[in-house]
Amino acid sequence: MKLFSELYKRLDSTTRTNVKVQAMTQYFGCAEPADAAWAIYFLSGEKLRRIIPTKLLRQWAAEEANIPAWLFDESYTSVGDLAETISLVVPEQKIETTGSLSEWVEERLQPIRTMNEEQQREVITDIWHQNPADVRFVILKLITGAFRVGVSKRLVTRALAEHTGVCAEVIAHRLMGSWNPTPESFLRLSNPDIDDAVVSQPYPFCLAYAIDRDSAPDSLGKIDDFAAEWKWDGIRGQLIRRRSQTFLWSRGEELMENRWPEIETAATLLPPGTVIDGEILATKTDGEVLPFSQLQRRINRKKVGRKLLHEVPVVFHAFDLLEQDGNDLRSLPWRQRRDHLESLMSRLQDPQLKITELISARSWADWTEIRTHSRERHSEGLMLKRVDAPYDVGRVRGTWWKWKVEPYTIDAVLIYAQKGHGKRSNLFSDYTFAVWKDDELVPFAKAYSGLTNAELREVDRFVRTNTKEAFGPVRSVQPELVMELAFEGLQASTRHKSGVATRFPRISRWRQDKAAKDANTLEDVLDLLPGSSAGGDH
Amino acid sequence: MSTLLQQTSRGFYCPRGDFYIDPHRPVDRAVVTHAHTDHARWGSRLYLAARSSEYLLRMRMSPNAEFQFADYGETISIRGVKVSFHPAGHILGSAQVRLEYHGRIEVVTGDYKLGSDSTCESWQPLRCHLLITESTFGLPVYRWPEQDSVFDSINHWWLENRSQDQCSVLYGYAVGKSQRIIAGLDPSIGPIFCHGAVEKGNAAYRQTGIALPPTIHTSNAEKSQRWAGAMIVAVPSAHGTPWLKRFGKTSTAMASGWMAVRGSRRRRSFDRGFVLSDHVDWPSLLESVEACDPDTVWVTHGYSAVVARYLREGGRDAISLDRWQRSGTDKEDSGRERHDEETSE
Repeated sequence: MKLFSELYKRLDSTTRTNVKVQAMTQYFGCAEPADAAWAIYFLSGEKLRRIIPTKLLRQWAAEEANIPAWLFDESYTSVGDLAETISLVVPEQKIETTGSLSEWVEERLQPIRTMNEEQQREVITDIWHQNPADVRFVILKLITGAFRVGVSKRLVTRALAEHTGVCAEVIAHRLMGSWNPTPESFLRLSNPDIDDAVVSQPYPFCLAYAIDRDSAPDSLGKIDDFAAEWKWDGIRGQLIRRRSQTFLWSRGEELMENRWPEIETAATLLPPGTVIDGEILATKTDGEVLPFSQLQRRINRKKVGRKLLHEVPVVFHAFDLLEQDGNDLRSLPWRQRRDHLESLMSRLQDPQLKITELISARSWADWTEIRTHSRERHSEGLMLKRVDAPYDVGRVRGTWWKWKVEPYTIDAVLIYAQKGHGKRSNLFSDYTFAVWKDDELVPFAKAYSGLTNAELREVDRFVRTNTKEAFGPVRSVQPELVMELAFEGLQASTRHKSGVATRFPRISRWRQDKAAKDANTLEDVLDLLPGSSAGGDH
Repeated sequence: MSTLLQQTSRGFYCPRGDFYIDPHRPVDRAVVTHAHTDHARWGSRLYLAARSSEYLLRMRMSPNAEFQFADYGETISIRGVKVSFHPAGHILGSAQVRLEYHGRIEVVTGDYKLGSDSTCESWQPLRCHLLITESTFGLPVYRWPEQDSVFDSINHWWLENRSQDQCSVLYGYAVGKSQRIIAGLDPSIGPIFCHGAVEKGNAAYRQTGIALPPTIHTSNAEKSQRWAGAMIVAVPSAHGTPWLKRFGKTSTAMASGWMAVRGSRRRRSFDRGFVLSDHVDWPSLLESVEACDPDTVWVTHGYSAVVARYLREGGRDAISLDRWQRSGTDKEDSGRERHDEETSE
């Protein structure tokens, strides 16, 4: 237990992921398998089934600390964490903790659940009196189940990969589903024989290059060498069906379990040994693709409720076939892979699995014209794929091109600034911009990137010398600097004061030629909304 | 019986003696508990304070200000009101102000702490009818660890950083906290450098006769100075500024009572937090009220509503003077602002 609370302390005292991974790796190196297994369980965000009602914990803590209930509540409100409040108010005794993490969980904490209240109280107060404050805090965290220490399952996976020397994908596979925190499970993680995990293994993704906005697309070559699809803003995914199991990987090489149940269900129709590359999109039954903001409502939901399933249905838009009947097709030219994909998909006929539409054209001018209608379909532009190219690993120039529409741009005034993170933590580098609404500046977008380092330093100096007020880390500044913001999309939003939400805003240039009064108005911004009279490309 | 002191918009006022204690605005005659800028403010005509705060006060105040100093325990009569200063244990020269008139005794604690501190005289209880106490840390979550164990962990942290070729940067308020820290550092570990504001405070402490280990103003360091293994004592507002860049690889820590709570530490992203406060914690606040045994307690500056209610429930007459305080207010920011003013080098 002491070792684990030391780990907790190390994880808690840094914001750097590398340091966290290192701390976990070292822990796994010296912990007993039984303890390491429980550590993985808790650090991945799992918690114990409720051991004791928190109401009782609060009551007993107040009594042990000899303070009235209202004063315990005041303390709790101020601290904001029950486990921490208890470990701070109950007087501490100088006693060393004994027992390992697994002994604590299995022999001391879990049995509490079935005790009567009197016994429970005795055990709990003994825990408080027999452990130093920092250890009993961690124990209380295990009991109250709110174990948040800035570590994700992905970081745990990384640390385990470093500890075991087994690659992260295999570890992720082995941690899938209902992982049992037993010593055997932990030892199995480090098994170098990875045959069990091969079944879930994805292929590296092929990525597209962006076409330089200023160069003519016909410089890419003959039109017959390319096929075109709409470019959507969704979640790239690899859908794998092998040995009666389904795996859906994200581009970040993360296994997305239970998040897209309708796609996982549809995937059971796939023949064994199939791997499809595609994109998850929120799509209505009539095929209309919903904006990314809708899809966003489902991202990071571990479990999806019925209401959300109904409101934001998702479809897997298949655009490439990487494996068929267990054979790797990646070296085949795109045209052949596409033929196989088409015949496969036509046999399936499932509304949740859809093949992408190819856009035919006779000339570059045709595609150029079609592309100008992208925004009406919530599309970001076109994807161009070389028909004779294999499925490459990573970003290879010339295989796939993304040909996005011009971004929207608005001149806006810098009104708030905040320090950045990491190496920008000394600089005011995160900005909020506003546009005019009558005589008032209304905040409408935040942007973090786009300035050169020299410009950043100059803006930083401006912020320091022109601060009006500080609210915590945020400074409000004299509204003087005007920047041109570029962004990909715009949505009406009730959550933003301006009434709009921007997608991927960034600074395209510093308009030193403009004064605050020359910035755009909210009306100008609203005119860009899809469906407004002046909407569409701009 | 009416009280000797009244709460006014300018601070505590004694009509009988026509003087203020720690006034927020310029007045004719100001009695000052200690040299922190939220207690000793510019612009009054005459300041009366404890003798041992002289160098600190002169450093802080306008050179034109007029001062009168009294030893601890010495009585000065102001229009018949007997005024005396008694150690408060907060920082060097900090005092409780005791007023006596026709047998009626009232005490203003100013900021104070119980427990050991080699850089100032220890708090003494004063029996009184009315006690006006601060309550910055007036919640039962605040219980200070022994000072020695805190210094042990600070020195241990410093050693550990040295072994990893890192420079240690420890933040504390420029006057008081920093000198208490420096006095507790083990100078055999490495050189101690100070931010300008801290070094000014050190000078005033040394002038007063408080022994501190040798320190160097960072600006006076050699060009070739290797910072790895050194200790830098700096003001908290230097955290996250380019000023830190010169020190290369650093580990940062804050020494403050607020560090007792994890959230306060995490919000400001220090690598470490050491719980070291110059205010009373919950048990010592209660202990001091018991020892002074006043008929009435006025609670100010902090969790005053909470402390007043607790005292009332214990059968003592107590009121909160911070009328607009929401219960459960997070006082971290106000606490920080209070001592954090001198930041420039």
